[in-house]
Order: sequence, then structure tokens, then C-alpha cells
Amino acid sequence: MQHDIRFRLNGRPVSMDTDDQRLLLWVLRGDLELTGTKYGCGLGICGACTVAVDGQAMRSCQTRLGDVQGKNVVTIEGLERDGKLHPLQQAFIEHGGFQCGFCTSGMIMNAWSLLQQKPHPSRDAIVEEMDGNLCRCGAHQRIIAAIQEASK
Amino acid sequence: MRANRREFCKLLGGGIVVLIVQPAVLLGQRRDYPADPNAYLRIDENGRVTLFSGKIEMGQGVHTSLAQRAAEELGVSVESITMVMGDTDLCPWDGGTHGSQSTRFFGPAVRAAAAEARTVLMKLASQKLGTDQLTVANGVVTDGKRKVTYGELAKGKEIARLVDGKAVLRSVKEFKVIGKATRRLDGKDKVTGRAMYAGDLRRPGMLHARLLRPPMHGATRKSLDTSKAKAMAGVTVIENGDLVAVLHADPEVANSALQLIKAEWEKPAAAFDTESVGDYFLKNVPGTDKSVGATFESTFRTGYLAHAPIETHTAVAELKDGRLTAWVGTQGPFQIRSQIAQALGLDESKVRVITPFVGGGFGGKSRAQQAIEAAKLAQITGKPVMVTWTRAEEFFYDTFGPAAVVKVAASIDDKGKITQWDYTSWASGGRSSEVLYDVPGAKIQTLMARGSTNLHPFGTGPWRAPGAGTNVFARESQIDIMAAAAKIDPLEFRLRNMSDARGRRVLQTAADAFGWKGGAGPSGQGRGIAVSMDAGTWCAMAAEVAVDRKSGEIKVKRVVAAQDMGIVINPDGAKMQMEGCISMGLGYVLTEELNFKGGEILDQNFVTYTLPRFSMVPRIETILISNDDLAPQGGGEPAIVPMGAVIANAVFDAVGVRMYRLPMIPSRVLAALRS
Ligand code: FES
Ligand code: FES
Repeated sequence: MQHDIRFRLNGRPVSMDTDDQRLLLWVLRGDLELTGTKYGCGLGICGACTVAVDGQAMRSCQTRLGDVQGKNVVTIEGLERDGKLHPLQQAFIEHGGFQCGFCTSGMIMNAWSLLQQKPHPSRDAIVEEMDGNLCRCGAHQRIIAAIQEASK
Repeated sequence: MRANRREFCKLLGGGIVVLIVQPAVLLGQRRDYPADPNAYLRIDENGRVTLFSGKIEMGQGVHTSLAQRAAEELGVSVESITMVMGDTDLCPWDGGTHGSQSTRFFGPAVRAAAAEARTVLMKLASQKLGTDQLTVANGVVTDGKRKVTYGELAKGKEIARLVDGKAVLRSVKEFKVIGKATRRLDGKDKVTGRAMYAGDLRRPGMLHARLLRPPMHGATRKSLDTSKAKAMAGVTVIENGDLVAVLHADPEVANSALQLIKAEWEKPAAAFDTESVGDYFLKNVPGTDKSVGATFESTFRTGYLAHAPIETHTAVAELKDGRLTAWVGTQGPFQIRSQIAQALGLDESKVRVITPFVGGGFGGKSRAQQAIEAAKLAQITGKPVMVTWTRAEEFFYDTFGPAAVVKVAASIDDKGKITQWDYTSWASGGRSSEVLYDVPGAKIQTLMARGSTNLHPFGTGPWRAPGAGTNVFARESQIDIMAAAAKIDPLEFRLRNMSDARGRRVLQTAADAFGWKGGAGPSGQGRGIAVSMDAGTWCAMAAEVAVDRKSGEIKVKRVVAAQDMGIVINPDGAKMQMEGCISMGLGYVLTEELNFKGGEILDQNFVTYTLPRFSMVPRIETILISNDDLAPQGGGEPAIVPMGAVIANAVFDAVGVRMYRLPMIPSRVLAALRS
């Protein structure tokens, strides 16, 4: 139970005095008031809670606060720059990569992390990397198209 | 909303207000519709157009398509319309968002209201400009030289109109907005994480609640020990009859507290389970056997289905000055308002339900037990309370799409014409069970549990196009069985037996786009075809699959779907819904089936109940058949309906075995291959 937690969140330093065993998901949604990151399963199998930690996609429902100590965390709220959407966000709109929108934050963050590692992934690589993110509305085909567009 | 028209207009702050009253029958509501307006439209002095509707947005895009319809008639851009949806204080009563009804029944009313508003505005404009040679674009009326905006015209006015049906609607040819691909109005909010769902609400002093749940449906509690939870700092424990809950400002702490509660339960015996459900239905819901002298007899089975929206049932409730406000992810805000009022002993006027964006519904959010739980806890604790179901609770309290059995007895003559059709379905209803083909004297019966007997050991309810997927799986599989027996190409067999022009056209269109090569099945190509008519919409599909004979796995490679849904309001939105239906449909066809033993739900998460994922989704091509002579028909459900049959028919074509049960999981495919 460590109490001095420091990390970067969407480019800004954060320091918190709290239990390092708490789950990142609930700290983001509660203490830090960033509700774009969603709860879907709590088991790491739907991807709705995906954020990027040092450029890697992580399920925040499986991530303890202590795990991000000193790291760089990016959430869906951190992609927009000066009121301008990130090309991935723009592509999701253009291609209609969402319906109810509940999986969307996790989808975009998973794809964003993928593009950090691999700027020009093949369609197969996209499918493979996105396979752990569930979309009940069935926006899959358009999500793939959006990621392809943003990686051109 | 009982205020009269003028009072009502004042209440809203003036401007021009058009109230829409539609007879119940036109709105497709199942029960009597109050004589109150069903929706209204307001133009304020800033020229802002606001459309108030009791419908809700859960991903189906009605938020955008209703705005489009109003924009079309008013002559303004879609973006200038603000939608207020599912707020019981601001919006007129509505029967709930389900059954592909919003566009079909509600859309025309919205257009009529917008047309009426335009008539009023044009009259005001012609008084002002002294001519009636006027045109309007983007909310600006002009006679060619002078201009006046809608805002200027509405300023200082208090005009309320009731739609009388005389307002002239624009014809299809004049449409500027309807029929054009329109990007969704909720897009920006949804890609930035700003879109608000019930769980994103924060109220001062709000507590998160976790509730004690029984281990199975039908269990009764024998003992309860909450002492350890009570000893936790800052945790509130509520024991109120069946309602046992722990509350804390931090959901994780509430969750830990819940784990400390000890309870013992008495569990009833299980009457049936995942495997025996079909036989149980056949035994307990006796039907009359009409299958006399039929050449073909088949029995089809399907399992229980979970809705599994990614957003679990969530609600926030707050009681303030004797009034309860609840923010609820629901498909029926007005129904929930009544239920909350009843549960709390409040007058309906003391309850307000606000519906933020809903993270998927598919029929499963017509009931909102979580809102009643949150409301009760808010009443008891005096604090705002959020209830977010865990995924396990979602799987437990879901109103599952019912399992079903269908028996078909049918015959054909030597020309390949269907001569007999006796169709009986058990437990999931008769939607889309019409034969569609030209069969004289076809008999169709739908058997449900009688009286108050509850056949199912847990809650059931509508699942995207309730029962229709089962019925079309049975019918279109049976058609294929007969085509194969007659050694006739399955497309040709269907066309030979169908005179409906819309049906023939969707079939031919899907087949052409697919590149359908004739020939009786099984051809080894792994191609299948099926057709359906649901919610007024015809849909035909052709699919290509590969079956792994060793593992029994089915890989769907390609699906081509053609749909005739009358006038298409937003082609892009309509195609999105079709793709969604096809992708979601893969689940009930290939992997999804609730595992249970009596009232015990064995699936608690996506580990064992598996949803379609990226790697399962085939190449999807959708075609909208233009049919401007027909009013818009349903779009959110029809394309999920033929999925079972088209894949089963393709599997038969690939490996020559007929699958009689959904989902077609590998073990069932292997068993069929072996027999
Ligand atoms: S909520 Fe974290 S993966 Fe589902
Ligand atoms: S858009 Fe609804 S779950 Fe993906």
C-alpha cells in the first residue's frame, strides 16, 4: 500500500495520495473524472477500458495504479490536440466506426497503440490486434476501414 | 404533459412550437396512446430548432435520422437541429424504442410537424416581405433580394400549432437531406469519450451501490450476516427485505464490502438445462400434430440468447425536494418512470427519467430493474445512488431471448411446387413465421406457455427481432432441404414458389451481386441463400462458408445482403444497421447460447458466452434496393433475421450435412458430419 503515486496523464503530471492497489479504471473514472474509459467486463476480455501505458494498449480494469507509477498514460480524452481530432478519431467518424459508441473509446485507444508500434499495419495485423476488443453493435467492418484510413 | 397548447408554448419560452398528435394505430403502439402530443418541434428566436422525442438513441442512429426528416421539411441543415430524447419532463409520452418502429411510425409524424412549422414560417415571411414568391435554404427565407431568418420570424412569437395533416410534404424527388448519406450527429462526442452514458453521471455526494444477489433464480435466502461489511469504514449497509446492498463513494470499496456479506440460500431443483430445453418445451407445451401425410418433417432448435450490450444496465437516482430524478440507460423511459413511481409510492409527476446515450440495447434494456434499485436506495439513504451492474449481474438479470423449437411438415409436387406447409413453433413467438411462398392452405401455429405458467426459469424478453431469427432459420432451412431433395437450385426453387415481386427482386439482386452460379445443392462450393420479410422490410442474403471437417469449425467468408426497406432516409445509416445485424448475427448462429441449469446461469462473462469478434467477421456487401413508392420500413432488425438459415444452407452446400440446431458450434458440426 504505497501512497505517493505519480505518473503522466494525457501529457500532464498527476500526483495522488492513494492506495496503489486500486484499479486504474476506477481511478480514471472517479478521482480523475475521465469517464471516456468504460467498464464492460472487468476481466480484461472486452477492451472497453483500454488505455495506452507508455504507448502499449492496457486494460485499465486489470491495471493497478502502482503499475503506472512513473509512466505515461494516454486515455481517449488525450487524443484531441487544440480542439482538433486525431486522424483516427476523424476516420472513425468518416467511416461510421461506431453505433452505440460504448466500445469506441477502447477501440480507438487499442488502435492508437497499434499504430504507435506499427504505423502501417496490414488488414490481417489490424484484425489480429483488435480481436480482443468486443463490439456488440457489429461495427467491425467500419472500424477496420477507419484504422486502415488513419494508417495510410 | 397536460398543459394546453398556448400554456405549453409559454412554458417552453415562446417561439414557434408544433405539437404532433398521431392516432395510436399510425404510431404502431400496442396500447392506447394518450391524446397528448407525441412529439414536438420548436423554433426559438435564435433560429435554433429543437426536436423533442420520447425515443432514445442506443446506436441505431435514430438521433440522426429523425433530425434529418425535420431538416428536410424545414429547409435547414441537419446540424442546426438539437435533439432532446427520452426525458420524461421535456418529451411527450412514448411507448418505448423497439421493434424497428421509430423510423416507420414516428418519422412521418416528425416530417409532418416540420412541414407545418415551415408553413407557419413562410406565412410570417410573406407578411414581412410582402410577397409569397419565396424560397428557403439553411433557415433563411428570401424573395431573391431581401432575406429574413427563421430566428427573426420566430422572435417574440408564441405560436403553437397542432399537426392537422394538411401540411404538404415534400415529394421524394425534392428531397435534399433524406436519402443522402449523413454523418451521424453524435459522432464527435462518441469518438472523444465525451458522449454521456448513465454511468458517466456524477452527482454531489453520490454513492455506488452493490447488491446481494441470489446464486440462482428462484432461490430463497435462509440466513444473512452483514456484520463484517458494516464494520468497514465509510460503508453503508442497507437491509430492506430482499434488498440487501452496500454503498460507498468508491465502487471498488463497495465491491469489497459485498464480498464480506455471508448469506445461505435454498435452491430449487432444475427442471431442464441447456441441452434438454427443447424436449422440455415439447413435453410441457403440447401442440396438435397436424403433419398428416407430409413428405418432409424437420425439427429445428435454438437456445437462449443474451443481449450482452457492452454497457451493462446502469442508473443514477437522486431524490431532492420530494422529486426523484433518475438517469437511466433504458429503451423505455416512460415505462420506467411508472415503475419507479410505483416502487417508491410516489406520484408519477414526482418522478423524472432522463435517458442519456444508451450503450446498446437490442431489446434487453426495455426492462430497467437497476433504475428501481437505484431509486429505492436513493430514497432509503437520502443520497444520490448509482447502480452499475457487473457483467455477471448482466448475464443473470438479462431478459434472455427465449430458446425455441420449430417443427415443419411439408410436401412438394413433381414440378418442385410446395403443396403442404404445416408449421408449429414453441416458445419464441410467431414473428416472421409467415410462409412467404405460394402455398395454398399453409398452416402456421405459434405455441406459447399457457396462462400464467412461466415456462422459463429466468426472465425472457425481446431479443433483436424477437423470435424472427428462429422462424426464418426453420423456414429457409426447410425450403433448402426440399430444393435439394428435388435436385433444384435453391435460388431457382425459391423463385419458382414465390410470386411476391419485392421478394423476388431482393433474391435476384442478392444472387446477382454474389455471382450465384446455378445448380442443386450440395455443390461443394459452400454457398447458401435465404430470404426474409420482417418489419415490412424484405432482405435476401447469399453467403459463402468454409467448413473444417477436422475441427468442425465454420468460417464465414462472405455475406452479400440485399434489402428493400421502402424509402431510405439515411442510406449510410441503413447500411450500417445491416452490417451490424450481420456481424451480431454471427453470434447466435455460430457461438452464442446461454449455458444454464434451471435457474442457475452458468455464463457469467464473455469467457464462456462468446460474442462475434473481428476475426469472425466476413467480407460484407450490402445493397439497398430503391423503392420510393413505399414508406420507410424497419431497418434496425431485418438483416439479422436470415443469418441462421443462410449460414446453415451454406454449410449444407459445403459438406452435405444439415444443421438443425443453432448455434452451429464445432461439436455439433462434427456430430452431424459423423452421423
Ligand atoms: S472492462 Fe476491462 S477489458 Fe472489459
Ligand atoms: S458501437 Fe456499440 S458496442 Fe461497439
